[in-house]
Amino acid sequence: MTIPREHYLQAVFPTPFHPRTAAANTLNAWHRWRDYTVADAYFDVALEYTALRNACTVFDLSPMTKHLITGPDALAFMNRLVTRDVAKLKPGRVGYTVWCDDEGQVVDDGTIFHLRDHVYRLCSQERQLDWLLGSALGFDVSIVEETHDVAALALQGPTSCAVLKRLGLAEIETLAPFGIRSYAFESTELLVSRTGFTGDLGYELWIDPERAVALWDRLFDVGKVVGVKPMGTFALEMSRIEAGFIQAGVDFLPADRAIRPDRTRSPFELDLEWLVDFGKGPFTGRRALLAEKARGSRYRLVRLDVEGNKPAKDAFIYDRRRRNVGVVTSAMWSPAAKSNIALASVSTPYGAPGDELWAEIYYQKELKWSRFMARCTVVEGPFYNPPRRRAQPAADC
Amino acid sequence: MTDAAPIVIIGGGHNGLVCAAYLARAGRKVLVLEASAEVGGAAVTREFTPGFRVSSGAHLLYALDPAIARDLRLAKHGLALARSGLDTVALADGEPLVLNGAIVRSGQLSDADRTELGAYVARQRRYAALLAKPGTGAGFSVFRLLGRMVNNRKTENPAPVPLLQLAFDVRRLGRADMRELLRVGTMNLYDLLDDRFESPQLKGALALDGVLGAKLGPRSGQSFFTSLQRAGAYALPRGGMGTVTGALAVAARAAGATIRISSPVSRLAVTGDRVTGVVLDSGEEIAASAVVSSADPKTTFLQLLGARHLDAEFARRILNYRSLGCAAKLHLALDGVPGFRGVPAAQVGERLIVAPDLDYVEAAFNPAKYREFSSSPVLEITVPSMHDPGLAPAGKHVLSAIIQYAPYDLADGWDAGRDRLLQSTLNVLARYAPGLRAQIVDAELLTPVDLEREFRITGGHWHHGELALDQYMMLRPVRGAANYSAPIDGLYLCGAGSHPGGGVIGRAGRNAARVVLGKVRP
Amino acid sequence: MTRYDVIVVGAGHNGLTTAAFLAKAGLKVLVLERNPWIGGAAVSRELHPGWIYSNCSYVCSLLRPEIYRSLDLARHGLQIAPYGGGLTFTRDNDFIGGYVDKDVRRREYARHNERDADAYLRYSRDTMRQCRFIRALLMRTPPDPTSFRLRDLRELLHLGREFASLGEATMGDTIRFYTMSIADYLAEYFESDIVKAHHAGSGIIGTALGVQSPGTAYVLLHHYMGDVDGQMGSWGFARGGMGAVSKAIAGALQSHGGIVKSDAPVARILVRHGAACGVVLGNGDEYYADSIVSSVDPKRTFLSLMEPGDLPAGIVQKAREFKSRGSSGKLNIALDALPVFPALGRGHPLIAGDMHFLDTLERFERAYDDWKAGTWSKDPYLDLLIPSVTDPTMAPPGKHFMSVFVQYVPHEIEGRAWTDADRAAFRDTVFDQIERYSPGFRKLVLHAEVRTPQELDREVGLTEGNIFQGELTFDQLFFNRPFPGYAQYRGPVRGLYLCGSATHPGGGVMAAPGANAAREILRDLRRPNTVPEGWSDD
Repeated sequence: MTIPREHYLQAVFPTPFHPRTAAANTLNAWHRWRDYTVADAYFDVALEYTALRNACTVFDLSPMTKHLITGPDALAFMNRLVTRDVAKLKPGRVGYTVWCDDEGQVVDDGTIFHLRDHVYRLCSQERQLDWLLGSALGFDVSIVEETHDVAALALQGPTSCAVLKRLGLAEIETLAPFGIRSYAFESTELLVSRTGFTGDLGYELWIDPERAVALWDRLFDVGKVVGVKPMGTFALEMSRIEAGFIQAGVDFLPADRAIRPDRTRSPFELDLEWLVDFGKGPFTGRRALLAEKARGSRYRLVRLDVEGNKPAKDAFIYDRRRRNVGVVTSAMWSPAAKSNIALASVSTPYGAPGDELWAEIYYQKELKWSRFMARCTVVEGPFYNPPRRRAQPAADC
Repeated sequence: MTDAAPIVIIGGGHNGLVCAAYLARAGRKVLVLEASAEVGGAAVTREFTPGFRVSSGAHLLYALDPAIARDLRLAKHGLALARSGLDTVALADGEPLVLNGAIVRSGQLSDADRTELGAYVARQRRYAALLAKPGTGAGFSVFRLLGRMVNNRKTENPAPVPLLQLAFDVRRLGRADMRELLRVGTMNLYDLLDDRFESPQLKGALALDGVLGAKLGPRSGQSFFTSLQRAGAYALPRGGMGTVTGALAVAARAAGATIRISSPVSRLAVTGDRVTGVVLDSGEEIAASAVVSSADPKTTFLQLLGARHLDAEFARRILNYRSLGCAAKLHLALDGVPGFRGVPAAQVGERLIVAPDLDYVEAAFNPAKYREFSSSPVLEITVPSMHDPGLAPAGKHVLSAIIQYAPYDLADGWDAGRDRLLQSTLNVLARYAPGLRAQIVDAELLTPVDLEREFRITGGHWHHGELALDQYMMLRPVRGAANYSAPIDGLYLCGAGSHPGGGVIGRAGRNAARVVLGKVRP
Repeated sequence: MTRYDVIVVGAGHNGLTTAAFLAKAGLKVLVLERNPWIGGAAVSRELHPGWIYSNCSYVCSLLRPEIYRSLDLARHGLQIAPYGGGLTFTRDNDFIGGYVDKDVRRREYARHNERDADAYLRYSRDTMRQCRFIRALLMRTPPDPTSFRLRDLRELLHLGREFASLGEATMGDTIRFYTMSIADYLAEYFESDIVKAHHAGSGIIGTALGVQSPGTAYVLLHHYMGDVDGQMGSWGFARGGMGAVSKAIAGALQSHGGIVKSDAPVARILVRHGAACGVVLGNGDEYYADSIVSSVDPKRTFLSLMEPGDLPAGIVQKAREFKSRGSSGKLNIALDALPVFPALGRGHPLIAGDMHFLDTLERFERAYDDWKAGTWSKDPYLDLLIPSVTDPTMAPPGKHFMSVFVQYVPHEIEGRAWTDADRAAFRDTVFDQIERYSPGFRKLVLHAEVRTPQELDREVGLTEGNIFQGELTFDQLFFNRPFPGYAQYRGPVRGLYLCGSATHPGGGVMAAPGANAAREILRDLRRPNTVPEGWSDD
């Protein structure tokens, strides 16, 4: 994208879907997602959330940072960059991953799309070009940021497969979780991946920005009968906490943004040990992570079921002796799980399953503030994990 | 344990050989792999034109650690000095100033300058001695220790220097001296010399010590610190600098080390998280219990090991390591004793310098900032054949000069620049030695690009990288590789890119040997 | 004759700050200023009817917020208005804009170099790490590293702890940062010359060093470590010009009963029985006090205000060797209208910010070479601001006040004093550069005040015209500022103190030297401390 000198006149850009998202945004509620403006909510957060869990919703994720990584050393580069073994990621597959700095602290998380041999797309929360190019020293690889060149929508929810089926995507129900498939949409390539940030059955659609509006229109045309609705960031946030996903800048501080030491987290400390593959050879942070494994971690990310119904947002976590051992990073009342859930970062050795922890919760009713200590139970796995998320073939009606 | 894999040392330069000798003396099986047909690295004597031999890299011996010479019995193994305690003859349009440390042999110098010179040289030697102490072996990481006090973050790669020992030594200097050290430690020489001395000639001569081999002018910060590297007395080994490394090779062999010449290493063999050997250009693979590289850090990490075996931030630090050379080397074969104005024939063999005043040196530096060479360069000249007739045919002489400044990354490229630099340097020489041009039988000019090629030093920097405070002690070459070790097991560093740098000191090699002995089991 | 507890020599912002904190502690304080106006180099003067010039310092960021609050400067009329951002013009009729909005800034950098746009975050992070470290040291008295006194040891320990709290990686980076050149520092982040040039100015402003000289990376901090209301690195205008800072501090001083006397040049600091006891003015008037505080630089203090015989051996030499060479000049310009910069177009928001014209590091370095050769830079580094865009009270309606800081400008031209012809030629050099980027600029000029280091020396009293009252190189920083052994604000004779920018932490209208000096004086006088602690940011 060539940037005009006058770009400053418009601090925030419309996404390729903006003509439609703006029309749908009855609340006129927006926030900035880096270069773009995206909807907080379109009509009602609770109803949007309900639409997601009962029918399906469309979320505009075009501002997501995307990089295209190509070249003979693309795989070797990816394997040096991230903690997973990318060699195990076959073409047509997507993998969630994190990458670390030299000290084994998480720089960012994101998804790797193995589009075809030697071609990867890396989607990330933060901008990473400097980090990626810095990591590319000694690799024959080309790295291009393509955030502005690819429009993206998340279509999520139990009827999402039905919508795509109605859109004419043949055998879409056979697309396995974390699979990618290419379709034609009005003579453009429409890339569909069975991925998402909601913990539900869902897809992400990737298309040329020029065709973005047309895709949106078609999705709503064919999807009306199965209840497709637009969804904003607030409802997405609810679903991702229910799914137990972490968010950069919320549940962990990207290591390459940390000014103060000891503010960052390693993959082990974010309950992402499953992403670290020591068998694959060198990658940035490997040495530090091996040492951490031998030595033990400082923190643990825990999923908490919190007593009562008052969200434990920003709450301090205490042990049974009222010693402060951590803090809640994300929290909400979960409509799907019907529990009061929270993600928290606590110092080791606290937070083992069965450990007794307490959250100090402040809440107000009619401007009267109250404080109470809520007992927390450490939960293993996501708070909400419907079988349809993984079902094969996907339910297509 | 004779069938155990040897410790492989990459590079048979002085540091590699020192390291080999110490390791072998400790009973280790050592194999030195030298790329060239002879050992020596940048401390080597080479015939550059028939009958004329010259120290083609370093040309004066001034910093060799006496303890190393003693430990390795270099005298017994063939190191002899053709001449030691060379005077410094500061050439000028008028009468040269002849110095030897604090002693003024001849020249115009006020009493105040003479007194101040004594104090200056003495202080410089005290500070230099202080800096010579740390890094004499494996230490502990002060950073790491401090870091542990405050955070519970622990990382690998301890930095080497017993900083507390240094702090203690600094305190022992006494209050006045300590204060002065803390003040002048980062100062530029221009101001410091201008504050203390009157004679432009003296100031120019002293400034030379701070800029030679560095990409600094006298006005650049830290040039005083750089000058501490040159606080020693100058000597000429008999037979050129190759004699030093020759003696080291004999010492290493005598201790049991094997030296293979013409064996360039193409890459390191890595198994799992370890360096387990080396692969030669020939394809031959040699297993090693440890690999100690005396190559410069960029060569070692980016070429031999490969960035992909390194963490990204560490690799970036190596990439940013400042290692572009800024000095060229001139060799002249002369058909007689060169005549320098005001210099009696008996003095032609001393260390002759062209650095007539501070502004001259600073002006010489200016073009280097813009990737151009000095048209009026600073020169350090030796005519070793005056003391060592074997270097040239009878009655003939060889002149060796360091030309400062000649940036590696010359804007027009050195193919075009080489001859221009040669001619302009000869013109400058002609100012001080009017008959010199007519005496030239043959001339050779080695630009930093040539030095890079000849000595396999990325950037052609004779210290394997700028010797400045941001690349010194626990930061040399970079954080994470400062303790003569690398962030990958089985690999160690012993070259000038490690503390305390180049200049044919040998300490990097010895310190590395100590670290290796501590970490690699027999 | 009235006797005072403390006499402060010089009513610059630091002298006034020291006086204000001492007066707040109940001491009887007299400040003597040689000029008819107060403020030293933080001054606003109306030299052209209707235009208020910030004659010397021109922007504000480093003024310690603890002092601002503790002296109640807001109540005494001080108001700081942040102006956003800055830009560097390129020679091909473009510019790079340092917009305040981080996404817009990133996009702007990406317009020139995509990777550098991202690398800027790494650069900011690392620079902020350094700021965080140094900010913790600003409101503290440097320890004497050679001393075994409990207080010094404790302070050294504190320093060690602060250093250790940086974490292992940042400790190493800190040593590098303090010893590197700004050019090398920038090269570790950026690849494009324009992005480097846009950031290089902060490493050399007020400094007699080139961008390639080791030690210049540190100078960056003197432009990043401040904040406006918590916005780190942000700069602002004092409403009414920089004189408003001095006026507000003077107001605080007077509210506590302190007295400021202008037109009262101190000729001599009196020493009796080894203790400073008073001052003599140019007209022969004498004033006596228990403590004498000089806010004047050490060269002037020790070489012209004091008798060598009154000073211990060595001080005169230290003062002579103290480096305070001027390297900057300034033009204060009254404009008939807002100049137009075609590259920007009309109505561009960055017209309110710093404008620069050197787009390569080579131009910076060559500018320095001119200074070394004893003349002003022929292609100088300008920091150009139009404060009246943000603060309309600086000029009549529709007219504008332009402040142009110029680097490098020597104290003497090839060893001789500046002549009027030199000044005119210098002015033309600057005008030419501006004209190149703003055709028609010259025609807008109604009046221009030309200030070289010589004027700063003669008029403001900064010896040789160094804007920081002494160069910011490590040999003159922290426990070396101004001299080793005298960094704790106490002079070489009893009862004598230093409180100017030549003491820790240096210049930049921080007022921290003045505040720190007051704390030490109160300590010696066994008075309760009125000087606030620095604010910790965790």
